[in-house]
Order: sequence, then structure tokens, then C-alpha cells
Amino acid sequence: MKTVAAFISSALIATSVMASGLAPDALIKSVSNEVLEIIRADKDIQSGNTKKAADLVEKKIAPNFDFLHMTRLALGRDWRQASTEQQKALANEFQTLLVRTYSRALTEYKNQTIDVKPLVLKAGETDVKVRSEIKQPGAKSIQLDYYLQKDDACWKIYDIEVAGISLVTNYRESFANEVRNSGIDGLLKTLRTKNKSGDAVASQK
Amino acid sequence: MKKTLSMRVRSVAMMLLAAGLTTGCATSGEAKDPIEGFNRAMFAFNDGLDKAIIKPVATGYDAVLPNPVRTGVTNFFGNIADVFVGVNNLLQGKLTEGVSDFGRVAVNSTIGLLGVLDVASDIGLEKHDEDFGQTFGRWGVGSGAYVVVPLFGPRTVRDTMGLVLDVAADPVANLDHVPTRNTLAAVRLVNDRANLLPADKVIEEAALDKYSYVRDAYLQRRRSLIYDGNAPREAESQ
Repeated sequence: MKTVAAFISSALIATSVMASGLAPDALIKSVSNEVLEIIRADKDIQSGNTKKAADLVEKKIAPNFDFLHMTRLALGRDWRQASTEQQKALANEFQTLLVRTYSRALTEYKNQTIDVKPLVLKAGETDVKVRSEIKQPGAKSIQLDYYLQKDDACWKIYDIEVAGISLVTNYRESFANEVRNSGIDGLLKTLRTKNKSGDAVASQK
Repeated sequence: MKKTLSMRVRSVAMMLLAAGLTTGCATSGEAKDPIEGFNRAMFAFNDGLDKAIIKPVATGYDAVLPNPVRTGVTNFFGNIADVFVGVNNLLQGKLTEGVSDFGRVAVNSTIGLLGVLDVASDIGLEKHDEDFGQTFGRWGVGSGAYVVVPLFGPRTVRDTMGLVLDVAADPVANLDHVPTRNTLAAVRLVNDRANLLPADKVIEEAALDKYSYVRDAYLQRRRSLIYDGNAPREAESQ
């Protein structure tokens, strides 16, 4: 269980639309700092306003992710049996789920800082891992790694590992199970139900 | 009385190992989780116990104690744990890390007021995370099936063997003075649980199926720890 505590700090991820021309490590750094500054100044988010946190995630963080790529990785070999429409719909629902998880994590923010390690980019490289560390007072720092792929001119994040736990891979088994038991549509339905129940929970708070 | 806790854990572990071996094909086609039926039942048991007792107590603890006090408690138990973190680093042949861990204990037990302050981290002696399960992993022992251990939660067969040694070696569990031992063990449990409270909400938000989400996160995390955070990326079965 302790392992998953690290999720809280996945909150500190950040990236930004305008930063598109940047090198991968510079991109992660610039957006992390920007989002951290916003949260530090925003007492609403710190006291659990998930709606506000979700807006922040949608605006600043989501545009730097390749959700289609993430969904493809999470589905593994089942991806190919989904039609183009199903793939789009799955990516849409998965995005909602991930954004919501992030927003929840952001509201748990407590004085952490983030230290992005410099990356030496080799010529022609299009797939990299940027390492960073979340430092928190009175606790062991948490390893936070981003996987990015170059898509035309800009880098997009397609996976994050928090303390060695990949957010994408962690869904692989449960997705595969759903597909095995009730097909692609079954998985889509489960994701929709999950996202709807999240709406209900969010509006109660 | 001294060994009761570790002996109890040992017998539970043996039972589980036996269960793991004999019921190997009872449920699910999952290679890493052959006793899923048993595990889900144990997971539900642990979850129920948590919801009924441990979590409410931890929530109260979290609400009452100011942050610096909680950090002090976490540091105090972290300092005790560092002794066997160091032993495990040495057993894994990581001499520099092991020596640094003992340095941490020396600094924190003295200047750090019996471990309440983590002075060692401030002077650059980084805290590590090691246990006997990781040592077995380093030595090449396969992880074996996933097992949810009553009270202790997610493990693999290998980590359950590690857990038996962790508990047997635990300085708190080995204290002679029973009331002190029990009090310290209880405070440590509640403090550890309180540190996990923020994670609860995130898991609830993220998981389609809490059981498999926690299982897969645990297995990924252990794999990463054995490689000290540098695990090669798992194959993308596409």
C-alpha cells in the first residue's frame, strides 16, 4: 500500500501548450514549475476543490499528453481488435479517468518541490525518459519518471512512472480482463460507468 | 512472550506458503496470481478491518497531531528501520549504501535526538528502502505467486518469506518489555496508516477494480525496488 502513496505526488506533473518547442527535460521543468506555482497560490485546490483542479489539469497538463498512445499501451494486443471509433471512444474515457485521478492527486499537495534531472538528448532520438524527483519535507523523495515521444516537432508524454509504478501499465490487467469477459464494448461501458460515478462523487463534495 | 509476534507471523506465512503451493490451480488463468480467489477474500478481510478500526483511528490521529509531530514519529520509526535497511544493503553487496545507512543511524540517534530529527538526510546521507524480500530478489529468488497476507496486505511468496525475517529482526517486535513493545507497534501502525490516507482517495478515483489495481501497483513497485529504481521497461505485448 505504501507504494501507492506515491500517487499523491503524481500531482506535481505539469506541462504546457506553449512550451512545445522545448527539449523534453525543459518542457517537464517549465510546466511543473508553472503548475506548482498555481497550486501554491490556490487555497481552494489545496483544500480539496477537485473541480478547480480538473480545470487546471485540462488546461495546462492534458495538452502535453498523447492519450491515444497511452490507451494503446494500456490495451496491449487488444487494441487491434477495436475499430477506429472504439479506439477514439476508449481514449476519450481513459483521458477523463486519468485527468480525474490527477486532479484528485493535486488537491493532496503539501509543500513538495520537484527536481527535474537534466537529459542529454542524442541526435535523432525520438523516445526518451525524463527523470525527476519529488522532494517532500520529512519523507523519502519519490522518483517520478516521464516517457516522451517526439510527434512532429513537439514532445508528448505517453507514460508516467511514480515510484516505479507505471500509470498506464497498471491498467493493463484490468483492461485485458474486461475485454476477455465482455469485449471492447464491455470495457468502454465499464469506463463510462466509472467516470459517471466519479461525477456523482465530485458533485457531492 | 518475547517471540510471540514473530512466531505467529512465521506460522501464518508457512500456512500461506502451503496454501500457495496446494491451491495453485484453484482460480483464474493469471500466472502471477494463481490463488486469486483466496487473495480477494483476504483483501476484503483486510479492507474491512481497515475500514472498521485502523482507518478511523488513523484519521483521528491525523486530525489531532500537528504535522511536525507526525514527521517526528515517522522519523523515529524510520531510524529504527534503518538498521536493517543497512543490513540488507550489505547482504546485497552494496557496501557504500550499507555504510551510509549505519552512518544515518549513528547521526540520527545522537544529534537527531533518538531519531526524531532526520539530520542525516540534511547532511546528504540519503534514506534507502530495503528489506529481506528485496535481498532475496537481488539474490535471484523468483517472486513466486502474489499473496495477500492477513493484516500485512500485498506480498509475493518471496516477499512473504522476506516479511517473516523482517518481523523476526524487527527491533520493536523484539522488545522485552511487553507494554512498551505493544504501544510502539500500535503507534507505528497508526502512523504508517495515517501517512497513506491521501493515497486512499487517489486509488478510489483511479481504480476500476481496487483489488487488481493494488495488486499490479504492488508488483510493479517491488520490481522497481529490486532494480533500485532502474528497472528495464516491461515488454509491450503488442
